[in-house]
Amino acid sequence: MPTQSEQLTFPFAAPSGAEFPPEFARLRDEEPVTRVVLPTGDQAWLVTRYADVRKVLSDARFSRAAAEAPDAPRLGKTSPGPQTILGMDPPEHTRLRRLVSQAFTARRIEELRPRTEQLANELMHAVGVAPRPVDLMATYALVLPIKVIFELLGVPYEDGDRLHSWTDVIFSLGGYSAEEVAEARGKLRDYLGEMIAERRREPTDDLLGVLVTARDEGQKLDESELVEFALILLTVGHMSTASTLTSSLYTLLRQPGALARLHESPELVPSAVEELLRYNPFALTGTQLRVALTDVELGGATIAAGDGVIATVAAANRDAAVFDRPDELDLGREDNPHLAFGYGVHHCLGAQLARMELQVALTTVIRRLPPTLHIAVPDEWLNWKVGLTARSLVSLPVDW
Amino acid sequence: MSATPAGDPGRWSVAVRHAACRGSGVCVGLAPEHFDVDDSGRSRPRADTIDADEAVLDAAHACPLEAIVVTDRATGRQLAPPD
Repeated sequence: MPTQSEQLTFPFAAPSGAEFPPEFARLRDEEPVTRVVLPTGDQAWLVTRYADVRKVLSDARFSRAAAEAPDAPRLGKTSPGPQTILGMDPPEHTRLRRLVSQAFTARRIEELRPRTEQLANELMHAVGVAPRPVDLMATYALVLPIKVIFELLGVPYEDGDRLHSWTDVIFSLGGYSAEEVAEARGKLRDYLGEMIAERRREPTDDLLGVLVTARDEGQKLDESELVEFALILLTVGHMSTASTLTSSLYTLLRQPGALARLHESPELVPSAVEELLRYNPFALTGTQLRVALTDVELGGATIAAGDGVIATVAAANRDAAVFDRPDELDLGREDNPHLAFGYGVHHCLGAQLARMELQVALTTVIRRLPPTLHIAVPDEWLNWKVGLTARSLVSLPVDW
Repeated sequence: MSATPAGDPGRWSVAVRHAACRGSGVCVGLAPEHFDVDDSGRSRPRADTIDADEAVLDAAHACPLEAIVVTDRATGRQLAPPD
């Protein structure tokens, strides 16, 4: 076991602008499974190679449920919690996921595409007539995912501002105290409790209604699981898409020739979306910490039962063993088995929804805004929110 | 996928539609004894014909691309994905 990096702390300091943390490449080459110290003072194994990351994410010996135990090593002050789908292993995880998985199949998501296009066009109309520079984050990249997931869940869009501000606190693991996060979660739970009560008075066929019916008629989940599930769908369902869309737009606008290539070849949008997901320089880990249930040999290291393990999707997505020219953005990349949505049983439930939204959002940008579209300020003026699993732009001022 | 002969009770056919698979790994995570990964990152069944096993249906129902086709060889009925 390598001992030289016992002082290595993780997450690595956020680089400036769109730089990718250079530590990932070094570790992948030299110490693919290495010990790191986390902000909590706990230790964990950091896994950086594609094959090893996929192994950790799909092997039942690496448990999310065990990572929610009171004495488990922790990355940050808060975690999703043992009653959420993110904090469970099969079979509990399978039971919950199955309640809604049919709503997120590629087939069902395609049915939402026309409505998503309509929403994107409405928003883009407002972008087009707004005073410039326009903040493309606030007017477009954030609002579109909020509108889509709120409609799917059956939550009124008028409540979007406060729901998003609570979500922001829950997600900004580094920036808020555990008390603030707990308070925001409490408010969101109360809000969802009211939404659930409304559906008991008057049933609906939206996704929240489906969950309430599964609880009340099928006894398939308990009340707390119901509220936590709704909370995850609502928060992750808009935040991660908004962050990814903003980072994708940022990358497209900063990489010379990238936007022009999409204007010339709009049929590249689907492969461009996959490549932007793979390339995303703002992903720091991308997955939740796992805990080993037994001793496991991995990448030359012996991971002991009870040890924390962090599989860094961001590093795996740039592994030259899998991707040609991994640090190059190639919007037409054909073979692209990236792990941006994770892998295994916790593979992002909303992956197909996110893909569709990203495709629609980028297509609408190149259809409605001219090729002269550019970021209106230098990188030094841009503000970042830095969490423990990703960075996110606070705003994206553009002009054309 | 091969035709499903009648009279093979308790046996299922399993196939992964290669073109539909996006390599989510959901099936590999849920039923590693029945699925693994090929060189392109897509999933494939370890065996085309198996003894009936609910774990395969769990995997098929969890597949976001509905790429896993499970058929009861005794009746020829498609068990997953739903129509």
